[in-house]
Amino acid sequence: MFDWLANPNRFNRITEKIQPCILVITIITLISGLYFGLFDSPKDYQQGDAVRIMYVHVPSAWLASFLYFSLAISCVFYLVWKHPLADLVSSTIAPIGMLFSVLTLVTGSLWGKPMWGTWWVWDARLTSMLVLFFFYLGYILLSNAFERKIDGSKTASVLAIVGLINLPIVKFSVDWWHTLHQPASIIKIGGPSIDDKMLLPLILMIFALSFFSLYMIILNVKTKLIEKKCEALLLKSNLEKYRKQVKI
Amino acid sequence: MNAKYRRLFITIIIILTLGLATKLILMALEDNIVYFYTPNDLIEKFGDTKNIQNKIRIGGLVLESSIKKEGEKTIFMITDRKKEVKVVFKGPLPDLFREGQGIVAEGMFQNNNFIASEVLAKHDENYMPPEVADALKKNNVWKGDSN
Repeated sequence: MFDWLANPNRFNRITEKIQPCILVITIITLISGLYFGLFDSPKDYQQGDAVRIMYVHVPSAWLASFLYFSLAISCVFYLVWKHPLADLVSSTIAPIGMLFSVLTLVTGSLWGKPMWGTWWVWDARLTSMLVLFFFYLGYILLSNAFERKIDGSKTASVLAIVGLINLPIVKFSVDWWHTLHQPASIIKIGGPSIDDKMLLPLILMIFALSFFSLYMIILNVKTKLIEKKCEALLLKSNLEKYRKQVKI
Repeated sequence: MNAKYRRLFITIIIILTLGLATKLILMALEDNIVYFYTPNDLIEKFGDTKNIQNKIRIGGLVLESSIKKEGEKTIFMITDRKKEVKVVFKGPLPDLFREGQGIVAEGMFQNNNFIASEVLAKHDENYMPPEVADALKKNNVWKGDSN
């Protein structure tokens, strides 16, 4: 089954068709999400307009976690089934995930100053999110740190899988320990504790960022496949040149 | 067993082992991870406030009608609805500071008074427009301000 999915030609053919759809969905959800988030949603009873930071902060945090999960799964495929496309996907996911983890930390900090009265505290949620960022960073640095590409890919994949343990800590830190960060509002027992008018832009933004990531991943994998093809062609032509020289 | 499944098996075993190790480490470090104690936690853990020499953080709600201003000083009680702690703080309070608000104060004990060096607001996980909050309060089904 994985061989079927991982065939580069088939991958190109399928994505050729769905790529425009993904782009359209991204643009529609992003524009409507931003419109509802910034203009057509109520102020919070406690936080006022500052609550609007949530519409960037929460989707970024979800994406940072979800992309890390995808990264680790892709690394498992690479280590177990040794498929080169899995490594291409991992190396594509990592920078996008890292971007969202940075965005989470920065917007969280901007939100923390007016609401909590501090840019940063070392509580369990904030610290585990920072650790997630370092796992992304570690993956990227490690995968480029070896002379042979394949050594880097393998070592970095092991690191990414180890980092999987951090994900439940990020998610449940607010339930397991007293933290300054508030507990979950959307996925919780008894339904979301957030007004429907605020939930709408939040969900739209989550879709927007998810489809944006998907689009970027497909685009990036395609580019890397073309790069590989070029390398192979170059190698082939060099080989032919060499053969001709030897004959003469 | 072929090589693929052996690798998959090893990967799963490694994840489970590391997960268990992490859980044990986190359990052992619980005191360092908890960001604050509630007043009731403090009494259960230390018995008396005289036994607390170090800098700590206390979290809870600002007790209703306990806020007093004495010059630059603000004096108020933190409660978890079981026990209370008297807090003295000199400095700027966060915007969200008010009666019934969840807060975290950092500081040290001096003769049963908690001298705070920093006060942070902790907002809860409920998000709603002001009209909805007012309506809930009016109908006595208010559940907020409890965190």
